[in-house]
Amino acid sequence: MELEEEIWELRLYVAGKTTKSVTALSNLKKYCEEYLKDKYVIEVIDLLVQPQLAEGDQILAIPTLVKKVPEPIRKIIGDLSNEEKVLVGLNIRPAKKNE
Amino acid sequence: MRIIDFNNPDKPVNLLPKTPTGIVGLDKITDGGIPQGRPTLICGGAGCGKTLFSIEFIVRGAIDFNEPGVFMAFEEKAEELTVNVASLGFDLEKLQAAKMIKLDHVYIERSEIEETGEYDLDGIFIRLGHAIDSIGAKRVVLDTIENLFSGLNNEAIIRAELRRLFQWLKEKKVTTIITGEKGDGTFTRHGLEEYVSDCVILLDHRVTNQISTRLLRIVKYRGSVHGTNEYPFLIDRNGISVLPVTSLMLDHNVSTERVSSGIPSLDQMLGGKGFYKGSSILVSGTAGTGKTSIAGYFAHATCSRGERCIYFAFEESPRQIVRNMLSIGIDLKEHLDGGLLKFYASRPTLNGLEMHLVAIHQTVEEFKPDTVILDPITNLITVGSVSEVKTMLIRLIDFLQSQQITVMFTALTLNNIVNEQTDEGVSSLVDAWLLVRDIEFNGERNRGMYVMKSRGMKHSNQVREFVISDEGLNLVDVYLGPEGVLTGSAREAQRLQEVTGDVLRKHALSMKDMELDRKRKVLESKIATLKEEFDSMQDQLNKSYIEDQLRKDVIEKNREQITKNRHQSE
Repeated sequence: MELEEEIWELRLYVAGKTTKSVTALSNLKKYCEEYLKDKYVIEVIDLLVQPQLAEGDQILAIPTLVKKVPEPIRKIIGDLSNEEKVLVGLNIRPAKKNE
Repeated sequence: MRIIDFNNPDKPVNLLPKTPTGIVGLDKITDGGIPQGRPTLICGGAGCGKTLFSIEFIVRGAIDFNEPGVFMAFEEKAEELTVNVASLGFDLEKLQAAKMIKLDHVYIERSEIEETGEYDLDGIFIRLGHAIDSIGAKRVVLDTIENLFSGLNNEAIIRAELRRLFQWLKEKKVTTIITGEKGDGTFTRHGLEEYVSDCVILLDHRVTNQISTRLLRIVKYRGSVHGTNEYPFLIDRNGISVLPVTSLMLDHNVSTERVSSGIPSLDQMLGGKGFYKGSSILVSGTAGTGKTSIAGYFAHATCSRGERCIYFAFEESPRQIVRNMLSIGIDLKEHLDGGLLKFYASRPTLNGLEMHLVAIHQTVEEFKPDTVILDPITNLITVGSVSEVKTMLIRLIDFLQSQQITVMFTALTLNNIVNEQTDEGVSSLVDAWLLVRDIEFNGERNRGMYVMKSRGMKHSNQVREFVISDEGLNLVDVYLGPEGVLTGSAREAQRLQEVTGDVLRKHALSMKDMELDRKRKVLESKIATLKEEFDSMQDQLNKSYIEDQLRKDVIEKNREQITKNRHQSE
């Protein structure tokens, strides 16, 4: 994989400890461990604590996962329950590839 | 909100609290503004002014009412918005720096977003809540929140979240404007009116005969009376102005003061004093009959009295009018320089009719004139139908009369036959109607003027010849002779003929006098002769009478002598 050298910078925006947020975080951790072992950083931002950060990343939905690096910027909203979509969104798996 | 307290009828009724928008005219229609602490929906097609409307709400709130506002844009970026409204004189950057306004651009790019599983829109709530709290906002605009539908797939979530959002805004007690794009058969494409049920304002942008008019209508306003008509509105350098239809009641004050028309002989036809102040005057006539000249005179007369006058010219440019008036001895330039006269010249096709009305309103309110002249109203017909023009003029007359402004319209009639239904049907609306008519006779055209009507004053029923010369306008009595009404050179010829006749008659008269004189002399001489004869006869008669007397005396004496003699002889 040509992207092996890169580090996935991931930010997860949540608003308090809701079921959706907790599910999203645990799903995210599971995928990263499985596909991006040692190549990822996860930052969890609680907007209830830091509401001013919502504007910068253009957050509307909660929870939102933002992938800033590697390019392009992608946002994945929802509790990340659909593994396929998350992997496509994180550019771990090309959208058209059939496995 | 409650109705009437029967136990305490003096207590004022709690009406729906309202937030004034600060938009000229809108607060009049809504009787005070939009519902306070509730969401109001503004919907309309593309380019009808929704964003401008909402930004003006925020800016006016910040400047005029000291209420901070949050503008959440789902379409335009904050910088774009700032530039776009700078043309209206709104300095958003300054207001933002003063913490009176907060702009937040919500950027939704579908290609960057992947949806998976359950989510909610708490992000928007948090951002909005943060923005509101950071400046203590009382006003919020969401422009255009429907963009969420194009950015996100899960419509069910969006709908549920919007319902929650509006509820949340009500709880926050902020007055909110939500804009929405007009959909097919619905007010908004995604049925936002379902959620916002307190007040719905519909904006429209209509093009008729290539002329566009912006219109506003309040579709719904719970718990408040409101105007239900379509009101035209104008976007200009001062922002938005909505034109409320002026009072449909005929209850304005009237004046008994009279104002001169500027033409003394015309005043003479109008009972000697001219028009009533605050009345409406129509001058109609065929092309080139001097309607504009009459209007120019009226303007001149107004300004010469030290009053203010606005001249709306729909045909000629101000300079052209000034030049042309100078040729008949009227100097309008001095009044222009003196600030008493103002020209407002525009092609009728510049705007729709309603726009003209709005523009006239604005100009009149700014300038506060005593007299308004519209020259000519006929050209307005090119941008509207007869009935539309009539409606507009009714409203205009209403508005001007309520302000005690005298208005003069000129109108072109297309044929020479006096048509009672002419002049855009305004003849029944106006207080005075002057008709200038061509009288074609003997190979020349002359102008005749009639006073068709003049309410509330006695006026001449005579036709006068209307003469325009270097010295100005004048009305001359037409010649009424055995051959009918004569004007122009025919009148002049007739007058000359009369003079000739006069001279001849005088000559004839003197001849007769001499004859008479002679006759008298003959008579006198005859009388003298007769007198002589009479005298001589009288002398003769006297002579014989004396002789007789003498003879009689002598005889008497003789007889006495004889008698004496006889007695002596006895």
